[in-house]
Amino acid sequence: MPSPNEYRLPFEAPIYEMEARLSEMEANYAKNKAVGDSSGFAEQIRRLRRELANLKRTIYANLEPWQTVQVSRHQNRPQSRDYLDLIFDQFVELHGDRAIGDDKAIITGLGHLGDEKVMFIGHQKGKNLTERTACNFGCAHPEGYRKALLKMRMAAKFRLPIITFIDTPGAYPGIAAEERGQAAIIAENLREMSVIPTPIVCVVIGEGGSGGALGIGVGDRVAMLEHAYYSVISPEGCATILWKSSEHAPKAADALKMTSRDLLRFGVIDEIVAEPLGAAHRDHREAAANLKSFLIHALRGLADLPREELLNRRYEKFRRMGQFLEESSA
Amino acid sequence: MAKRPGGTGDSWHGHFESKRVPEGVWMRCEGCQATLFRKQVEQNLNVCPECQHHFSVSAAERIAQLLDADTFEEWFADLRPADPLGFNDRRPYPERVRSEQERTGLNEAAVVGQGFIKGIRIVFGLTDSGFIMGSMGSVVGEKLTRAIEKATDQQLPLVIVSGSGGGARMHEGILSLMQMAKVSAALARHHEAGCLFVSVLTHPTMGGVAASFASLGDLILAEPKALIGFAGPKVIAQTVRVQLPTGFQRSEFLLEHGFIDRIVARKDLRSVLAQLIGYLSP
Repeated sequence: MPSPNEYRLPFEAPIYEMEARLSEMEANYAKNKAVGDSSGFAEQIRRLRRELANLKRTIYANLEPWQTVQVSRHQNRPQSRDYLDLIFDQFVELHGDRAIGDDKAIITGLGHLGDEKVMFIGHQKGKNLTERTACNFGCAHPEGYRKALLKMRMAAKFRLPIITFIDTPGAYPGIAAEERGQAAIIAENLREMSVIPTPIVCVVIGEGGSGGALGIGVGDRVAMLEHAYYSVISPEGCATILWKSSEHAPKAADALKMTSRDLLRFGVIDEIVAEPLGAAHRDHREAAANLKSFLIHALRGLADLPREELLNRRYEKFRRMGQFLEESSA
Repeated sequence: MAKRPGGTGDSWHGHFESKRVPEGVWMRCEGCQATLFRKQVEQNLNVCPECQHHFSVSAAERIAQLLDADTFEEWFADLRPADPLGFNDRRPYPERVRSEQERTGLNEAAVVGQGFIKGIRIVFGLTDSGFIMGSMGSVVGEKLTRAIEKATDQQLPLVIVSGSGGGARMHEGILSLMQMAKVSAALARHHEAGCLFVSVLTHPTMGGVAASFASLGDLILAEPKALIGFAGPKVIAQTVRVQLPTGFQRSEFLLEHGFIDRIVARKDLRSVLAQLIGYLSP
């Protein structure tokens, strides 16, 4: 699928260049085949395809943290709604927080994952300007977090496992959001998610922007897609504080250690879900297939745990997080 | 292209250095600009006698103001920050920590322990806004969690006074963010055990601290005119591009919107706390 120019990330230029060469060669091959002279082309095309795959592998195996952030924000990167179509069957969306309204930045609803019925909760950023405006670019208001909590409680009541997809630059920083208690509702979600008596599996599929991400991110298994990021603060925000300008965001992305490999090392996530060659925006189907098999496997591992065991493990999982120094036992 | 909310701004860390009472015999009140005799301000619990502006107070002063004399027993004082990220902004994080320790006499932004308030035994914790803006890294999260767990085990009421302009501490990255979940989970257990938690919000309580333990009290009290919120006002102003309302994100604003139970002046805090704990403890 060719991408319009504006979606092209600068470091992907060699990939697009080689793809252009390849399609030119393929066109020539087709033309020459028609007149019966194609022998040399076929071998060249095969070689170039191999080179292209290697090039993608090399580039994507060596991304700088800032390039990872760019990939996680790529406009063609699959979002919750894309995965809903590709992973879940018979999805029925449920709206509203029964207090303020229906926040489009968080989608909630029921669906089938393989044989299992699940509650789905996920951020949605929107694909075009109209959608993005309606979704506030994936930045939820308090009503979004309240909607998520309400649906999670219902899932627990009917013994359905919960799946959350995290993809937000952060909870919405606005006047109405503060008036309606952004801090209070995120705090409540953190407390409640730690004791909701049903399995919860969370995946950061794109941007894991601070408290807005964690607000639906407390679970029994937490994973990240390979090129997602998860951070206490946006790289731009960090750069503004430390170096007085968001232009230093690449430096901040590096300093904050926000990639999936960093988080696995810190023990904050359990698993990295592999992305297709050249990242999820190149192949939604393969990205969805990888995610689906991770989710099925993760839920299977949790299904038979007694409630108390499930909640104890969830508590201990977060209880262990952190690094500090302590003088020998007191 | 529309502006990307939260993308360019700092949606997380309010950058609010709270101002201690300045040195010198005379001082100017940042609330009413009056020239004040410093001793008199100190004797007034660090509140301006003219306009009731509440200056921030140190951990030691806060403990002295709230708890019965000499009853505070500090716990886990030997926990010290590590440097999991190898963070270096204008100076390496361990160096920054050392200079904050020297300046404040604290090992970290949180102090926890047990004490008595008008004869009632409580578990007490605070975050001192003077130590890296009272921000929560691994040590703050761990100390608070251990204190909450002790309160749950011993069925004790818990009081936490927060002064945290820095929210979750950037210098420890994602591990700081996870402290929000850790402390909140400990509070869930304290809550389920039927124990009382009183959260006292002081200037400033922002970001990841406001979005975790500080907002989870059975009772939430606030000192007057404290700045309390999720996103910093500068970030909000940049995002929404309108003038922020007067008094936005101050205690009075939160009271009006239904998020705190009472605003309590510093001089009344000890007696109001004792009274409320008396109502809600067995």
